[in-house]
Amino acid sequence: MSPSVRLQEMIRVIRGARTQGEERGVIQRECAAIRAQFRQADNGTRSHNLAKLLYVHMLGYPAHFGQMECVRLIASPRYNEKRVGYLGAMMLLDEKQDASLLITNSIKNDLSHSSQYVQSLALCTLGCMGSAEMCRDLAPEIDRLLRASNSYIKKKAALCAVHIVRKVPELGELFTPASRSLLSEKNHGVLHGAVVLITELCERNPETLEQFRKAVPELVQIMKGLVMSGYSPEHNVAGISDPFLQVRILRLLRILGRNNETASDAVNDLLAQVATNTDSSKTAGSAVLYETVLTVMDIKSESGLRVLAVNILGRFLLNNDRNIRYISMTSLQKIVQTDHNAVQRHRGTIVDCLKDQDASVKRRALELSLALVSAVNIRSLMKELLLFLSSCPPELRAHTTSGIFNAAERYAPSQRWHIDTILHVLTTAGGDVRDETVPNLIQLITTATELHCYTVHKLYRALIADISVQSLVQVACWCIGEYGDLLLRGECEETEPVQVAEDDVLDALETVLQSHMSSPATRGFALTATMKLSTRITHNVDRIRSIVSIYGSCIDVELQQRAVEYNALFKKYDHMRAAVLERMPVIDKSSPGHTNGESAGGSIKEMEPTKRTQEVVLPQEPANQVCDLLDLLGGSGEPPQPSPALSTTALGPVSSTAGGDLLDLLGGLDAPLDHVTRPGKTLGPNYRLFMTFVSHSYPPQSVQLQMKAPSGDVIPAHGLGQVTQTVLLNNPNKVSLKMRVRVCYTSQDFVCQDTVQIDSFPSPAW
Amino acid sequence: MPIRQMHFLLLLSRQGKLRLQKWFTPVTEREKKKVTREMTLMVLARPPHSCNFLLWRDLKIVYKRYASLYFCCGLEDQDNELLTLEVLQRYVELLDKYFGNVCELDIIFNFEKAYFILDEFLVGGELLETSKTAVGIAMEEAETLQETMEEYMSKPTY
Repeated sequence: MSPSVRLQEMIRVIRGARTQGEERGVIQRECAAIRAQFRQADNGTRSHNLAKLLYVHMLGYPAHFGQMECVRLIASPRYNEKRVGYLGAMMLLDEKQDASLLITNSIKNDLSHSSQYVQSLALCTLGCMGSAEMCRDLAPEIDRLLRASNSYIKKKAALCAVHIVRKVPELGELFTPASRSLLSEKNHGVLHGAVVLITELCERNPETLEQFRKAVPELVQIMKGLVMSGYSPEHNVAGISDPFLQVRILRLLRILGRNNETASDAVNDLLAQVATNTDSSKTAGSAVLYETVLTVMDIKSESGLRVLAVNILGRFLLNNDRNIRYISMTSLQKIVQTDHNAVQRHRGTIVDCLKDQDASVKRRALELSLALVSAVNIRSLMKELLLFLSSCPPELRAHTTSGIFNAAERYAPSQRWHIDTILHVLTTAGGDVRDETVPNLIQLITTATELHCYTVHKLYRALIADISVQSLVQVACWCIGEYGDLLLRGECEETEPVQVAEDDVLDALETVLQSHMSSPATRGFALTATMKLSTRITHNVDRIRSIVSIYGSCIDVELQQRAVEYNALFKKYDHMRAAVLERMPVIDKSSPGHTNGESAGGSIKEMEPTKRTQEVVLPQEPANQVCDLLDLLGGSGEPPQPSPALSTTALGPVSSTAGGDLLDLLGGLDAPLDHVTRPGKTLGPNYRLFMTFVSHSYPPQSVQLQMKAPSGDVIPAHGLGQVTQTVLLNNPNKVSLKMRVRVCYTSQDFVCQDTVQIDSFPSPAW
Repeated sequence: MPIRQMHFLLLLSRQGKLRLQKWFTPVTEREKKKVTREMTLMVLARPPHSCNFLLWRDLKIVYKRYASLYFCCGLEDQDNELLTLEVLQRYVELLDKYFGNVCELDIIFNFEKAYFILDEFLVGGELLETSKTAVGIAMEEAETLQETMEEYMSKPTY
């Protein structure tokens, strides 16, 4: 009975199991039997039992109890057992297991065995899983075998040496002399192993690299021999003689020629020869050509050769084989910076690859297309990219949108084109854009002053068509709120004007407000826009009033707060409403704060990224409420009262003993500033100054508070400067006051808050 | 900076069963299972006629389907993917020559032979032999060393 039937029998039984449970049962039984067999004395079945165990291991079951058996079998004199033992060692033992050390001695003995097949087992195992210790131990043996043995052993010893060098780089010196002489071997296997070993040695040791530069002519000769040689059946692959060896030699030449004129010169001719003579109709030839191109681009080659290389890549782009198109684009990506013009010539083909069915090819084509965008081709290329966006796979959408935005920002030929492009992206893929897109677009719109009418018309049309894309809806609401008057005027130069009535516009905004699809941030936009329209329309202000008052009891706290504040604006502060809601000034792009669209709480707060403007919100009525927040606005033009003003400085330590007239609002900021170098705090879009009155008799209606604009935008780090904001308190009844002050600001893209309580004001102040 | 040719070579069946695994770097059992699972998911999901190259973690994955088996290997960034396709092709040819019209069942029932052939072809992730015939010759000669059962029992134990 041939011994391996038992193994195959077991495999058959396992495969016959109908359920996972049944399979587990069979395997448990078998493993128990195997364990028992391992414990017994030698009965001729050890190797088969181990083989069975290895099969079970491959199915995913634990097999660690076989490790010692591997050690035992490796030490056996029988070839069969050694063979399976070594296989087991490679599968079950790795350098992390202690048992792997136990086989070191056996390997050492087997390396000098009389049979080359036993030697080969030892070499293969050492080259696969040898630990650093084992490598150190056995390196001299390997060196010996590199020099004096037959080709079968030499080639294995070479790759074993490669493994040793990877594990213990210092041993590289040991192998250098032997590897040099291996280059004169005729056997391809040995030659290949030698080239791999030399490559490894040169990569790790610059001195060795210098030494082997002298071998360049020899390598060139070998390569020439391969390229020009006749047909060799043993090594021929699709007309190429030993493409594997050719590629490795090319790679070694690349390493030797890098940053070295002489070596590069010596290989120029060879590379040209290979490039022109290699038949690339099949993969083997293409592989060699590919390696040639990589080598040309990496060494100091003549410009003519570089052009040839790029042309080869261009030819690859037209190849029917997807794989070849893929690697061509990978290579072009690597050189697009250095040889930009050469790659530009192939732009058309690259853009065509955007339409390929395969996801890998599409991804490469996208990367390369984005790298090729320039001022010259922006219009045509953007058309292609937008077309791509409408049908691109979901995993690429976010990358595509951000790539398009970057390109548009750098090379936009006109503002109108820029706005159109962004709007197109938002309509097609608005769900996949980054958060900063909304404030960026708003900023762009405000700067394009001549296009306000055009923009608001376009956005209005987009809004009534579809309110599901949040980013688009937010921008649309903002625009309508801001430029609604232009919309209602019914005339526009750049595009067909819409004829809308005020009710239509309010309907649109209300739809957004009420829709389930709108996120809380979007509804905030819509509400604010509605409010802003109150100064831009003439007939329907009451409707706005009622909308605003309805949302005063909305469940969403943010929305409710806004509604209540706007309500108050209608009721008590109607005289200020027009000024508060007037047209925004142009936003300065250079203020870093404005691009910050992410607030700490996650919801996008008021998207009015101006430097100065804040909103007026005034105290609420409930008598027992102590912590109502006042959001105060400066710059409304009221003349300062003759009562003394409180100056506040923005930096410096909190002095709770309010010494003197100086009260510091931004107290407690020293600690963070000490540790980190900060570029300074920007009073960006999230800048708010909250001041609350803390008192027993509330509200102190007699007290009036007026805040002026802060003196600057940015507080430099490390206390190198300050921003002053003047607050005027009018306290005619001389009520004693405590105030809680909270400042919100932006620092390095984080929204921060600081709170300070002022318990007493200097008495002469009143 | 190591430029390993290959990190691993896996043979997966169409149902996602592992038929052969060779790891060229030291990897824990747990990690091996994880990588195998991920490869299975990725590679089996690819539509036919796709590009044979994928990016995964920091490796390039080259895979090729032969009948019901997916041959799948993980390479370093420096490697030549087209050449790796040729390496996979060569391995299949070697199996075919040895087994005579190889199919998945051959590899299932004779997995240890598949490994022996692989070990005559790749060592430490690098190509060992580029000749089409040398591997087959080595396998034949090694097999003459395989003792029959009688010889087995009569040899002294260690």
